Order: sequence, then C-alpha cells, then structure tokens
Amino acid sequence: MSEATSHYQSEKRADTVFKAVMTASAGLVLLIMIAILIELTHHSQLSLHKFGFGFLFSSAWNPVSGQFGALSSIFGTVVSTVIAMLLAVPLGLVIALFLVELAPPWLSTIVGNAIELLAAIPSIIYGMWGLFVFAPFLADHIQPLLGKTLGFLPLFKGAPMGIGMLTAGIILALMILPFVAAVMRDVFRMTPAVVKEAGYGMGATTWEVTSHVTVRYGLSGLLGAVFLGLGRAIGETMAITFVIGNNHNISASLFAAGNSIASTLANEFTEASEPLYLSALVELGLVLFLLSLFVQLAAQWWLKRIKLGIGRGT
Amino acid sequence: MRALRPRPAAPRKIADLAVKIASSLASLIGIFFLSWILWEVIRKGVAAINWSFFSQLPAPPGTPGGGVANAIVGTLAMTVIGTAIGVPVGMFSGVYLAEFGQHNRFGSLVRFGVNVIMGIPSIIVGLFVYTIMVKPVGHFSGYAGALSLAIIMLPVVARTTEDMLLLVPDSLRESALALGAPRWKVTGNIVFRAARTGMITGMLLAVARISGETAPLLFTALNSPYWPNSLGQPTANLTVTIFNYAMSPFADWQQIAWGASLLIMVAVLMLNISARLATKGKTR
Repeated sequence: MSEATSHYQSEKRADTVFKAVMTASAGLVLLIMIAILIELTHHSQLSLHKFGFGFLFSSAWNPVSGQFGALSSIFGTVVSTVIAMLLAVPLGLVIALFLVELAPPWLSTIVGNAIELLAAIPSIIYGMWGLFVFAPFLADHIQPLLGKTLGFLPLFKGAPMGIGMLTAGIILALMILPFVAAVMRDVFRMTPAVVKEAGYGMGATTWEVTSHVTVRYGLSGLLGAVFLGLGRAIGETMAITFVIGNNHNISASLFAAGNSIASTLANEFTEASEPLYLSALVELGLVLFLLSLFVQLAAQWWLKRIKLGIGRGT
Repeated sequence: MRALRPRPAAPRKIADLAVKIASSLASLIGIFFLSWILWEVIRKGVAAINWSFFSQLPAPPGTPGGGVANAIVGTLAMTVIGTAIGVPVGMFSGVYLAEFGQHNRFGSLVRFGVNVIMGIPSIIVGLFVYTIMVKPVGHFSGYAGALSLAIIMLPVVARTTEDMLLLVPDSLRESALALGAPRWKVTGNIVFRAARTGMITGMLLAVARISGETAPLLFTALNSPYWPNSLGQPTANLTVTIFNYAMSPFADWQQIAWGASLLIMVAVLMLNISARLATKGKTR
C-alpha cells in the first residue's frame, strides 16, 4: 500500500515537473518576442535621440556626415511590396483556380506538388537567378519595350539597367507566388462540393460558380493568403538585395536603382563602424519589425472580423 | 437578392471561356518562370560542381579552382545545433499549447507570440541575436548563427506540434488518464505516438527552412575563408558564401556561387520531398 502511494507520489511530482518544463518553454517564446522589441529599441537609442520622429521622414543617408533617415528605405520596401502583390495575388488566384476547377486531377497533382516545392526554395536562389539571368533579360528585352511604349509615364523613364525597383518587385512576386497559390488552392478546396454542385445544377458556368460561390465561401482564407504573402514580401531580404541596386535615392521611375529596409541592412550592416551608423541601422530594423507586426495584427483583426461577420472560418 | 430574369447564354459562355483561357495562360506563365529558375540553377550549378568543390577551401580571387568544403561543414554544424535547440523548445511550447494552454489566457498569449515570431522577417532575428550575442562579445560567431536559426525554427515547430497534437482525439487521452497514467506518460507515450508522422514532417520542413536562410547569418556567423575550428569564431557557411561570391566581380567566384546554390536547393528539396513521403506512407 505504502509502495503504491509513494509510486503515485513520484508520478505526481514528475507531472508537476513535466508541466513546469512545458510552461517554461512556452514562456520562452513570449520572452523572445518581448526581448526583440526591447533590444532593438535599446540599441537604436543613439539614433532615436538624435533624429527623433524626423528619422522616418528624412531621405538623407550619409554615413560620413552622420545624417540618417529611413524614408528612401521605407519607400523602397513599400514600392517593391506593392509591385509584388499586384503581380502575385491575381496570378496566384488564377493558378489556384486552374488547379482546383480546370485541370484534370493528374495534372493538378503534379503542378500542385511542384508549386509546393517551389515555395520552399530559399530566397537566395531567387536572388542569384534575378541578378545573373533575369536582370540582363529585362534590360535587353522588356525594359526597352516598356520604355518605348509607356515611356511617357514617369514610371518607365530612364536607362534600362536591369537592376532596380521593377526587377526587385518582379522577383519578389515570383518568390511569394508559389506560396500564395498553394494557400489559395487549399482554400478553394475547402468549399464543400455540395455548394458548388448546387450552383452548377442551376446552370451556372464554371466562372460564375467560382466568382459567386467558391471565392465568397473562402473569402477570409483568401485574404489570409494575401496577408501571409504580404508579410513575407515586406521582410524579404536576399531576393531583393541582389537586384534592387542599393541606392539611397527616391525616384519615380521603376527602372531606377533603390533600396529597401532589409536590403540596406544586409548591405551596410557589416560595414557600419560608427556607433551612430550602427544605431541608425538598428532603428531601421525596428521600423521593419513594427511594420511586419502591424501587418500581422491587421491580418488577425481582419480575419476575426470576417469570421464573425460570415459566421464561419476557414 | 437580384430579381430572376432571363439572361442570354452566349455572353455568359464567352465570359466563362475567356476566364478559362486566361487562367490556363496565367498558370502557364507562372509555371514557366518557376521552371526557368530551376533550370538555370541546375545548368549553371552542375558546371561548377566537381571534386574540389566539396573538398577544398575557397581559392583567392583570380586563381581557378577552390571549393566550399569549409562552408558545407559550417552550414551543417550550425543547422544541427540550431535544430538541437529549436526543436525541443518548439516542441515543448507546442505541447504546452495543445495540452495545457487551450482555454487560458497565458495560452492565447503564447499563441500570439508564436504567430508574431513566425511573421518577423528573418533579418530582424539576425539583428536581435547580433545585439545579444555578437555585440557584447565583440566578434561574430557560429554559435550566434545557430541561435538565430533556432529562433527562426522555434515558432514553426511549435505551431506544427500544436496542430498535430490537437488532431489526436481527446478520448485517447481520457482513456489513458482513466487507467491512471500520469500526464507526462499520456503525452509522451500515447499522444506523441499518435501524432508522430505529422510532427516528423513538421520538423523536417523546419530544418529545410533554416538550411537555406541567409539574412540572419549575415549578422551572426558572418563568413570565413578558413575551416571552422571553433564555432566561437566567424563561421563559413554556404548561403553567405553565395551572397559574397555572387556580388564579387570574379567569374570563378560567381561560378562557385552557382554550385553552392544548386547544393542548397537540392538539399532543401530533398528534405521537403522526404517530409512529404513520410506523411504519405502513413496516412494511406
């Protein structure tokens, strides 16, 4: 009897330890999140004090005279992300549509698997391809054409160098495309067959069923895919660093070289020897962190709202 | 609701056909670009790969030959250490979320934290590890690289663990508890066993993700032309080598960068394919 009791006691103690270890690990996650915010703020003190809020609105970037502003980097991050989303979201949507509604099952399986694998390829591979293959191709074939036909727009003015904002945006789009397409395909697949069949039964065409039934049914999931893609695009570093040109200029032309927050960090961090320079770079990192946090919070808030409104989630 | 009214079929059918054609074309375009990338990496990478690529140290610029043996070792070492830290911590957090944190405030707070860290750009993780491990010590190190990889991996493992454990029906847990099994045995022997394949898949995918990471290593492990004698020093690794070599003006180095790209790509794809096969074999 006493043996059984002590056995029970020791198992009880083991359970307490078990729960404590699991809880501590979970606490570590929270600790890391908070530590990132604190450390980045702490190490950007110098720059925060010197430039204040003006840091966000100044386009000066001169390590020699110690003038730093984040505007050109923020501008580049926003522009390249917008180009990427404009290309990747519609393309991802139609690829998902193709895979779920149009392609025969064997083709859908092959292409679907291929796309999932492509989503796993590291961004540096996209960067390599962008720098050595795609940028020269753009400079030789696409950019002169754009310049000739749409050159009256300020967007497409300037010498076709291959390297620049447009290239960065396209590479970024290609990088998030497999990811967006794969998530959207999963969302489309979740629509119950009965609902779609009801649409077809009423004589609707494939496109009508897609736009009126499938897309509406999975709207929250589709938006989720868009936000996930956006989150990836904003902080993407290597694919962009290779092709954006790394220039602290704000130009209306998409052919011009620019930079993004992540590319500035990747390029200049190891060269920064001055404390103020380093501090300004860390503050750039802080801006990027807050930007991606904001996107995430917006995404979660939005998804929750839609879930409440429609009454079902994905 | 719109009133029902007869609409001629022809415009609807034409619109449908147009969308079908556009969708097929767009898919072809997307797939064309992605295969183009694969093709170029394979073509240019294969040309760079030979025996010395795997066995030698980097050659100085201008001299032909040389390899990335040190970078292969460094990447392997950092990935292994990163996994050794990231998997247990991530798994335990996932266990907490699934087994203890379903309906309490701490649980949802941790879940929020997992989502936030998952969404942080990897370069920010590198920056963070720089401020806590590189700056205080005064030099870059392989351990810092491994730690940043572990942090990137952690939320991925935590999320998959939670998802997989939640798929295990509660009746299984309750039967074991009713037999008098303690919580840790229920989780370790019953729930883990039921969720094993899914968890292994998740971990392989997480390893695949960190083995191709570049940005966090730039600020932590940096790079080095020497053998990694100690991970306390700047440590050579494949991805930063690709970055440095690709940006250099030397054709030999750019060639090596293609070889290293192919190596990384094949490794990541193999990990992904084996993760997928692991799930397939079990669920059927």
